[in-house]
Amino acid sequence: MAEYEHDELESPDASRRVFLKQSSALAAWVLTPPAAVAAVDTGLHEKVALAVEQMPLQLTINGKAQQLSIEPRVTLLDLLREQLHLTGTKKGCDHGQCGACTVHVDGNRVNSCLTLALTTEGCSVTTIEGLAKGGEPGNSATAPLHPMQEAFIKHDGFQCGYCTPGQIMSAVACIREGHANTPEEIREYMSGNICRCGAYANIIDAIMDVKKGGAKV
Amino acid sequence: MNPFQFTRVTTPKAAILAITKESGTYFLAGGTNLIDLMKREVIIPERLVDINKLPLATIEKIATGLRIGAMAKNSAVADHELVKKQFPLLAQALNAGASAQLRNMATVGGNMMQRTRCAYFYDTSMPCNKRSPVQAGPDKGQANGPVGCGAIGGINRMHAIFATEPTGERGAPPGSTDRSSKCIAVHPSDMCIALVALDATVNVSGPKGDRKIPFGDFHRLPGNTPQKDNTLLPGELIMSVDLPTNQFADHSHYLKVRDRASYAFALVSVGVGVTMTGTTIQDVRLAMGGVAHKPWRLTEAEEFLKGKPATEANFKQAATLAMKGAKGYGENDFKLTLAPNSIIDALKTATKTA
Repeated sequence: MAEYEHDELESPDASRRVFLKQSSALAAWVLTPPAAVAAVDTGLHEKVALAVEQMPLQLTINGKAQQLSIEPRVTLLDLLREQLHLTGTKKGCDHGQCGACTVHVDGNRVNSCLTLALTTEGCSVTTIEGLAKGGEPGNSATAPLHPMQEAFIKHDGFQCGYCTPGQIMSAVACIREGHANTPEEIREYMSGNICRCGAYANIIDAIMDVKKGGAKV
Repeated sequence: MNPFQFTRVTTPKAAILAITKESGTYFLAGGTNLIDLMKREVIIPERLVDINKLPLATIEKIATGLRIGAMAKNSAVADHELVKKQFPLLAQALNAGASAQLRNMATVGGNMMQRTRCAYFYDTSMPCNKRSPVQAGPDKGQANGPVGCGAIGGINRMHAIFATEPTGERGAPPGSTDRSSKCIAVHPSDMCIALVALDATVNVSGPKGDRKIPFGDFHRLPGNTPQKDNTLLPGELIMSVDLPTNQFADHSHYLKVRDRASYAFALVSVGVGVTMTGTTIQDVRLAMGGVAHKPWRLTEAEEFLKGKPATEANFKQAATLAMKGAKGYGENDFKLTLAPNSIIDALKTATKTA
């Protein structure tokens, strides 16, 4: 979504990610005008207008109120990653099959890849970045870890780590929902989170540990 | 994803007005299927009407039983005390479907409206009679990919064994002359198997007013128009689903046979509800998933079992009756054996004679 990436040109942060995005944003900026002109020539100007239509969106993300302007087709996952740079939430399959994009919306775990961001108007979203502080604003780099994050480290609940943010968000919800009473129940209620490294046994140990420890999740 | 216009509505009346006004408009509820189909360009809407703020998520007791609002989330229904106590078959079926995340998003109405997961339907480079013409963009009105059925003679392990031919048993539309199969896709829902078994009624509202649709008539067979999954009229909105009070709670079972233990679509599923007096079956409801274009009620098998003792011999005979008219398409031939065995197994569990 090139139009969001223009914002980043103002960013003082010169990380590799931002550099890459700046490059692609410039490419898009260069390419857009002739495409639009061509569209108008072929009578498609309405479609172009439609394509760049932005709609207002107000929601709370990790405790911080956000006032945004987005295209209707932007998913919550793409909004988090591409516009707000909350890249902890991962894009795995982008089709609701792997669970890597799991976040909490009003306390319920959902697949952010199948959630149109505009449908979260007025909602409170928690991502892995906001988990440790229970969704309060603050510096995620210095925040203490959530008990589930600690347990995943203790039990080696990951290998490559790509599915881990989704696993942890799902695991926290699994306990809150009351579906983490036995390893069998955890397997069933965590089945929406796929781990290609196969860390399942350790993930179950981590969840059981947190559940038994009785810490507030 | 292709661009589209987005409208949010807060009343059913506004929703119906918005969808009636212009073609190419779709309701957006949980979005777990529609957004996926839009990403794959199987469906390309011109407009979405967001109905998530409609006040239709209530689950309440009514004189005849239970009323479940169309916007109630699948997880909320499955965890509801009245559902768990009085309609455990529905709770079991819901929990057998999708993942915890998806059940938190998916609604009752949306679950009923979900499309088949036939791989040929999803791949727009493959032939499919079920995909509708393109509804937006420069290709508007044109076929969305090649026509025909890729699954007939193709990879059809997941596909239907009942009523796939327009003239087949229970499949003939009136006045049909074209007798070739157009579609062998199956309806993917678990929830709907429970709802058809439990004699649910669908309450809909539309531009011409309100009406009730018996659940068994809500979904349709492919016939010569497999693009149409259901009998909703243009502009109609599902408001709620009513479940009549029953005595099946003590003898209910939803058996789902699938390729992995969780989070997979059914190869075959069976929903059973029984009332017993001693070892005799007083009343029974039977429905199957993964075998037809619609939730498949087994009325003949039900009639046979009523008043009979709950024995394996009777279950076998009921299963034989249920399989009348079944036809395999090659890779799914195994369902001709799996389906009757699943019926017997589910009946044994439900009647506690296993």
